[in-house]
Amino acid sequence: MSVKIAKKNNGVKRGLAASIIDKIGLPTLIIAAFFAAVMITAVVLKQSIPVLISDILRRFGMNGVLVLAMVPAIRSGTGPNFALPVGIICGLLAWTIGIEMGLTGIKLVLVVALMATVFAVIAGYLYGRLLNAVKGAEMAIATYTGFSIVGFMALVWLIAPFKSKQMGWMMGSGLRETIKLEGVGAAQIFNKFLSFEVLGITVPTGMLLIFFAFCLLIWLFFRTKTGIAITAGGNNPEFAAASGINIDRNRIIANIISTVLGALGIIIYSQSYGYFQLYSGPLMMAFPAVAGVLIGGATASKANVSHVIIGTFLFQGLLTASAPLANQLFEGSDLSEILRMVLQNGIILYALTQVKGGGK
Amino acid sequence: MKKAKGLLARFNTSYLIDNIVPIIFIGFTLAGFIVAKGLPINFFLSELSSRFYRNAFLVLSLLIPVIAGLGLNFGIVIGAMSGQLAILIVRYLSIDYLHLSGTWELILCFALALPIAAFVGFLTGRLFNKTRGQEMIASLIAGFFANGVYQFLLLFVVGVIIPVRATHPIIKPDGVGVRMTVDMGGLHYALDRIFRVPFMWAVLVVSLLVLALVVVMYLVRRKRGQQGSLVSFIIKVALLAGLACFSLYSIATNSRLMYVRQVPVVTVILIALLCVFNELIMKTKLGQDFRSVGQSQHIAAANGINVDRTRVIAVVISTVLAAWGQIAYVQDMGTLNVYGAHSQIGMFSVAALLVGGASVRKATVPQALIGTLLFHSMFIMSPEIGKAVFGNALLGEYFRTFMAYGVIGLALGIYAWNANRKSRITLDPEPVKEANS
Repeated sequence: MSVKIAKKNNGVKRGLAASIIDKIGLPTLIIAAFFAAVMITAVVLKQSIPVLISDILRRFGMNGVLVLAMVPAIRSGTGPNFALPVGIICGLLAWTIGIEMGLTGIKLVLVVALMATVFAVIAGYLYGRLLNAVKGAEMAIATYTGFSIVGFMALVWLIAPFKSKQMGWMMGSGLRETIKLEGVGAAQIFNKFLSFEVLGITVPTGMLLIFFAFCLLIWLFFRTKTGIAITAGGNNPEFAAASGINIDRNRIIANIISTVLGALGIIIYSQSYGYFQLYSGPLMMAFPAVAGVLIGGATASKANVSHVIIGTFLFQGLLTASAPLANQLFEGSDLSEILRMVLQNGIILYALTQVKGGGK
Repeated sequence: MKKAKGLLARFNTSYLIDNIVPIIFIGFTLAGFIVAKGLPINFFLSELSSRFYRNAFLVLSLLIPVIAGLGLNFGIVIGAMSGQLAILIVRYLSIDYLHLSGTWELILCFALALPIAAFVGFLTGRLFNKTRGQEMIASLIAGFFANGVYQFLLLFVVGVIIPVRATHPIIKPDGVGVRMTVDMGGLHYALDRIFRVPFMWAVLVVSLLVLALVVVMYLVRRKRGQQGSLVSFIIKVALLAGLACFSLYSIATNSRLMYVRQVPVVTVILIALLCVFNELIMKTKLGQDFRSVGQSQHIAAANGINVDRTRVIAVVISTVLAAWGQIAYVQDMGTLNVYGAHSQIGMFSVAALLVGGASVRKATVPQALIGTLLFHSMFIMSPEIGKAVFGNALLGEYFRTFMAYGVIGLALGIYAWNANRKSRITLDPEPVKEANS
């Protein structure tokens, strides 16, 4: 490895630091350093560290599955799933139907998860078909597919004949923008499962377990025959096609999985938040998820489960830790939101500059 | 015969697919007029013309990157932000030190926006050269990124690093950051109010001018011995004469159309100049370079064109024009929504261009102008239709946002799909690559 690097740089000797940078990836290191700096500042400024760590754990678990949804899409060669809102919409639709049915508690969540999976399989199949028709321009089209679906569903939320008092306005028709899950006993339902406190740190055990279970499933999946074929098709489509792999079919399978993870991801996300947001709520949700996996060291064509875990932890950790800090430094400001915009979009741009292909 | 028929049928379907977006919009606007009967025509025309004066410049700023093969430049929001920065700087200085009149403030804004936009345009262009093949998604994300930087600059750098007078009307009361909305003061209508003409008078003058032009062109052609189509000439003359008579009639009877918003002549002239600029630049060496780079970067490079440089120039021009377009937009609005005025500009301008029948690879001045009119007709009609059909104006508002996203998605999708389909038929990998870039 180091020999290779040395050759690349015209014989300039590069030490341990360079090889570490090469292995972990520069963006990951920068964000990690930034995160460490913010944490140290938090200690210096006497922020409550246990509360901070609890928040970081919660945000980590909340976003994990949404970030995990990027892995199958990237590995299949369609690039990061910028159409994550498609999956999210499936999850939200399942929530509204579940609540409309009058279910509560764990029964509600399970039925919602089941429904969301069914919707997401159908939507993911159609979306995969779409991506196969527009090969080469997937990312831009995926983004606008997501936007269009969110725009279309805004109409549905407004005119669908839902009756439940939990979701409607006091007067008039249509669903509210923000729907609380407390009234249906679904708020923090996973977080509270087996939850415990150590040194003042609240660990949302149930949610973390679910996240890691999904990570394990995806990791295992990419060791099955289908999973390996998907990766091969993503890495080198010509070669894979020559060896008899049905690339189009695999891309559809990968995007179905990605969409399902998006749908289940939003259920986990919203139960932890305690509410879910309709209308333009899901519009921009793909971008933090894309940024998450990229920060972990993934590229637009390579991604592992480990990238998801590292990236989500660093990115969400940094955002969570910087928010109270920014507030302390600049009172009542949105500095951490600005930080999120710059980091998130900066990392996506960086990844786009690394995309090979297109050609002159 | 059979063959010809098949060919015709194929031509028709592909024509339909290629123009599906404009067709949908014309249908929608017409349906809107039928459904929403209560909509007064003078209100509609006032709204539509206002939106046209505000947005046409921005939509036209998209043309050159399309021709140069960069696709739809969502990055014009970066230009718009540069324009707003120029406005803020000029407003700040004008209130405290310069005490300029509105017109001079405006000129200063245009002058100041030029270097700012050219610089950020240069950076964006460099970025697009690094993200070759993914320019559109890169331009979208670059817009988001720039928005973060812009907010950081205006909310935290101003007042902390750049010293400002805390009691200045555009600075927040605590002395750090720029306010959410800034009043344009003398800048309001600075461009529009230079010379205004009642709408129907403008229609009269323009139709007479075009009429004269058509007649002269016809006579010149006949003198040269070229055979022009007499039928189309007569139809054109009749239409224009009819329009002129109709506007005369409206003026004479002081009809409802006289209450349509007055035409800001200088703004319209600027838009016209930009149209001419877009046409003329294509006749220069640079314009030809844009076109050949747009067609194939390989062949352009083989012919000795500096591809990267040409692409950067295209983006710089687009960004500067967008900055100026945003200044024209804001002076018409009267107040600057500092953190929001630019955010939708890219999406709506791109949607408008596509509605005019443009694609990722082909866009013309008429498409931009027609698209602006059609898209904004839909924008005005949508809440009206929502109210008339569903009794819910909000529905119309969501609907028009959906249409904007949908149009872009549809246009991108159809383009990529067509390119892939053609490559499958001809077994030629080039169209796929073109769709990529």
